Amino acid sequence: MDEVIRAEGLTKRFGDFTAVDHVSFTVQRGEVVGYLGPNGSGKTTTIRMLLGLLLPSEGSAQVLGYDIRRQSEAIRRECGYMSQKFSLYHELTVEENLRFYAGVYGVRNEAQIQDALARVELTAQRRTRVSDLSTGWKQRLALAIAIVHHPQLLFLDEPTSGVDPTARRAFWDLIYELVNEGVTALVTTHYMDEAEYCGRVGIMREGKLLALDTPAQLKKEVLPGLAYDVFATPLIDALSFLEASGLPLRVGLSGDHLRVILPREVAPDRLLQELQQAGFGAARLQAIEASLEDVFLALSGA
Amino acid sequence: MAQPTPPLEGTTPNGKMALIEASEITKRFGSLCAVDQVTITVKQGEIVGLVGPDGAGKTTTLRLICGAMKLDGGWIRVGGYDIQRQTEQARAQIGYLPQRFSLYEELTVMENIRFFAEARGVRREEWLPRCLNILEFVGLVDFKERLAGKLSGGMKQKLGLAAALVHSPHVILLDEPTTGVDPVTRQDFWQLIIRLAAQEQTAILVSTPYMDEASRCHRVHFMRQGKILIEGTPASLRAGLTGSILEVSGEPLPLLRQLALQEPGVFNAQRFGDRLHLRVSAEEREQIAARLQARAVQAGGNITTLRPIEAQLEDVFIALLEEKSRG
Repeated sequence: MDEVIRAEGLTKRFGDFTAVDHVSFTVQRGEVVGYLGPNGSGKTTTIRMLLGLLLPSEGSAQVLGYDIRRQSEAIRRECGYMSQKFSLYHELTVEENLRFYAGVYGVRNEAQIQDALARVELTAQRRTRVSDLSTGWKQRLALAIAIVHHPQLLFLDEPTSGVDPTARRAFWDLIYELVNEGVTALVTTHYMDEAEYCGRVGIMREGKLLALDTPAQLKKEVLPGLAYDVFATPLIDALSFLEASGLPLRVGLSGDHLRVILPREVAPDRLLQELQQAGFGAARLQAIEASLEDVFLALSGA
Repeated sequence: MAQPTPPLEGTTPNGKMALIEASEITKRFGSLCAVDQVTITVKQGEIVGLVGPDGAGKTTTLRLICGAMKLDGGWIRVGGYDIQRQTEQARAQIGYLPQRFSLYEELTVMENIRFFAEARGVRREEWLPRCLNILEFVGLVDFKERLAGKLSGGMKQKLGLAAALVHSPHVILLDEPTTGVDPVTRQDFWQLIIRLAAQEQTAILVSTPYMDEASRCHRVHFMRQGKILIEGTPASLRAGLTGSILEVSGEPLPLLRQLALQEPGVFNAQRFGDRLHLRVSAEEREQIAARLQARAVQAGGNITTLRPIEAQLEDVFIALLEEKSRG
């Protein structure tokens, strides 16, 4: 079986609020799929439904071939879940925490526990109290807890919030190692740059899955133009001028310059000429790589 | 905003005055040095970013600058006033948007703003036009009768900004104003900040955990464990790594990564989804690319694209930390 998740029209309402609105997607074995969206966009609710922790109001989903409504116990046995606000026992050591949670999953095999510690490179700190760990190390311990029972599918909910980029990269190296061994991962994040680590990225907004594809494809297909940094003075007047020109699809202030999305058929030189003819100083322009934020804004109609 | 802020003493038309000057400021909590000899200057019209992970000392730095905490070392001047000795005058210059901004949920938008205006000593005859101006500026004027508790997260954030702006401050301190908010709101919020700097010549110090947000600042300070690691304009920081990031895609990626790491001149190889980013010595870039292509084929792999890409600020940050750890 290569299809690890299949969600069809998955919907969750809380009263008159629709947290997840007819979401459909599939995830194949060995994929790393990101779920990108702001707080409150329905990411965590989706994960909780896929884990069988929350019943959908509508729609259906199979996880590892199990039905989320009827076979949630089997799902939880074979999935690992690292929650956004994972709770560790701060007065216990690293090893004690892991042993405790392993027990919850019915894992009593000490070798398996030590193996999970080694995987996240926490063996040396195994007798350290959790209260003495940095956020980055706590996240690794939470990952060890999520993988100690050898799950095939990992749900990682905002796994690297609040750590520096080095700790984040180290964490992602661990994820890729697991993925190389056939584990599948579904990762939520509100960091645009974290989503770049995923093979495919789904963009969530207000409960709706707006698009799901590789970052490169999203930038190519969803974004209806190319991105440029435009330098011109005075900046605010240049902004108003470009808005009025009707040439760009979107133009916004970005520090000391403007970020412009230009339709592919408009030559960037034309933009430059118009700025120069209108008397703007130091007009120059530089093609830049579009970001997932540009994609997000385009999808939101901004 | 239509209402101009009165000019500061000592301001010249060309010379931009430093409105925030923090010199070697230090704050300890017990044995922890939360802020360790940090020096920051923000001039009129400048947006300076304080970028770093949780616990780096960003919030403490902002609190020290707004005079909410006592310094253990160093000095701070805001608009020329010493924050410890001329606290009231210094504070009058500052608008502060804390990370957890509290507004009165049972009051309307307008009532909230009025409250903050009065608390800030804005005169009776001034507050109404002033409040309407600000609500217009942040795009909340149509919601002025709405209860604050009924606003969306993004609107609450804008109301927070409006409250911080109500006394026409020359200096604005923003503590992670966009964490977790919708990118559309984030975009709107930055448009407002940049306008304030460009049009009102406000000095803005903004903390953020987002690397991509740093590129919207005029200057950036990377902060970690209470210290400023490096400081510069986004362009100058990136320039240090020019030409040295290669993007590689192909199959199988783990093999390609392994091969890359065996190459002398490849400092690190990070996987991003279906591609790798290699940080390489800029001079040897061409040779490395050629050798890698050949070795991938020998090893039974296949490189589909290999191209130099622009360094991101995250690459700069990581390169810096690696240099530090190598000593």
